[in-house]
Amino acid sequence: MIEVKHLYKSFEDREVLKDINTVFEDGKTNLIIGQSGSGKTVLMKNLVGLFEPTQGEILYDGRNFVSMSKHEKVMMRREMGMIFQSAALFDSMTVLENVMFPLDMFSSMTLRERIRRAQDCLDRVNLTGADEKFPGEISGGMQKRVAIARAIALNPKYLFCDEPNSGLDPKTSLVIDDLLHSITQEYNMTTIINTHDMNSVMGIGENIIFIYEGQKEWQGVSSQVMGTKNSRLTDFIFASDLLKNMRRIVIDNGLSL
Amino acid sequence: MLLHKWLTTFGQYLMLMGRVFSRPERMRMFFKQYITEMTQLGINSIGIVLIISFFIGAVICIQMKLNIQSPWMPRWVAGYTTREILLLEFSSSIMCLILAGKVGSNIASELGTMRVTQQIDALEIMGINSACYLILPKIIGMLTIMPFLVIFSSATGIIGAYGTAYLGHIITPDDLTQGLQHAFIPWFVWMSIIKSQFFAFIISSVPAFCGYTVEGGSVNVGKASTDAVVTSSVLILFSDVFLTQLLS
Repeated sequence: MIEVKHLYKSFEDREVLKDINTVFEDGKTNLIIGQSGSGKTVLMKNLVGLFEPTQGEILYDGRNFVSMSKHEKVMMRREMGMIFQSAALFDSMTVLENVMFPLDMFSSMTLRERIRRAQDCLDRVNLTGADEKFPGEISGGMQKRVAIARAIALNPKYLFCDEPNSGLDPKTSLVIDDLLHSITQEYNMTTIINTHDMNSVMGIGENIIFIYEGQKEWQGVSSQVMGTKNSRLTDFIFASDLLKNMRRIVIDNGLSL
Repeated sequence: MLLHKWLTTFGQYLMLMGRVFSRPERMRMFFKQYITEMTQLGINSIGIVLIISFFIGAVICIQMKLNIQSPWMPRWVAGYTTREILLLEFSSSIMCLILAGKVGSNIASELGTMRVTQQIDALEIMGINSACYLILPKIIGMLTIMPFLVIFSSATGIIGAYGTAYLGHIITPDDLTQGLQHAFIPWFVWMSIIKSQFFAFIISSVPAFCGYTVEGGSVNVGKASTDAVVTSSVLILFSDVFLTQLLS
């Protein structure tokens, strides 16, 4: 479980995050949503320690990440996995080497065990036959799956995903969403997904945090999104006329998604 | 303002070097990277070093023979000056200037691309000291391979000079040999190697800093690559003045 308490982040005189308080629960897919520039990525970068908060606490199962020493943060990060928007695979390494990399760095396994573990992770994300390919030779969806396999190689307790569906077609996005959701439950991880994708919100959003202009505007689950009275959230989620009409039909007819 | 910016950049460079020179997380991975970098940056540069050194050695010998040689001077003078130029300046300083272009732009663009595609962030998230993992093998690799490049360069330059003697008949091989052996001071070889070690550090660390600290996109990677070559070239020339004075 990750608790965020009174988190503030400023860049010079510009306050990007203002008094964020929330809890990200174990075994759930926690979603951070919001418009571009609302502070979602800054929040995530604070959570993983790429940015230092101006004020506030981030507690990983009760351990305050903000007040940790540099060495303690490094050790803490070994419990984290992250999937970047661009997948961030090492382009000088093959798919198998990418997945093996965290194992090479931190595990005491033999080479044969590391290869087997990496192949298990690739199997888990349904990626076979691409072991010897380089990231530039595989599709965007496959790259995301390799990134997921690499992120779970060391059995992390916390998984962070920065717009994992960015640049993917709707069908592949659903595959990635399902994968993240099932892996979260299987490993009982605390998964935090930063997304714009409304399919993800409605499909796997077990705990959704809506950030508006650096502040937490709304928190709930996907089933509550449809009936919310929060106009900022509805404007954001049902931005197009098509979605607005669909929502009206659902509400008017007492339907549920 | 300019001084403030320069001092800030220098401070950031020192801080980065502080992170670079720390104990690698896994020595096995460090050695793997070290061998890879030595191959990519050093061994893959041998070809260009040999080609340039051969022709420069030949040209120096021709120029010395045609422009310095006179009836009032001993016949070995062209060979002697060719050796001194190759050993004292060309094989260390000029060769490193050439490598600053090849190796420097390679390092800066590689690290810059890794930065903008979040590969460096990915390393940090894994709890890896990315500066140490990426930059230390490059610096140690260049420091290791550089003496060999200097020796190869000097030797190939001399072969180039012999080429003018045997093929161009500009100078007789005996005169050239006599000049090459005349008043040879072994310290000059060491001086060349010592200077090249400083230059190797500049060639690897300055472009690494330029690439590692890139912000933005591909345009900034290109700019970092240019900055890396220009800055390391200027620093090589600047430090050459002091090192030559210090070691002579």
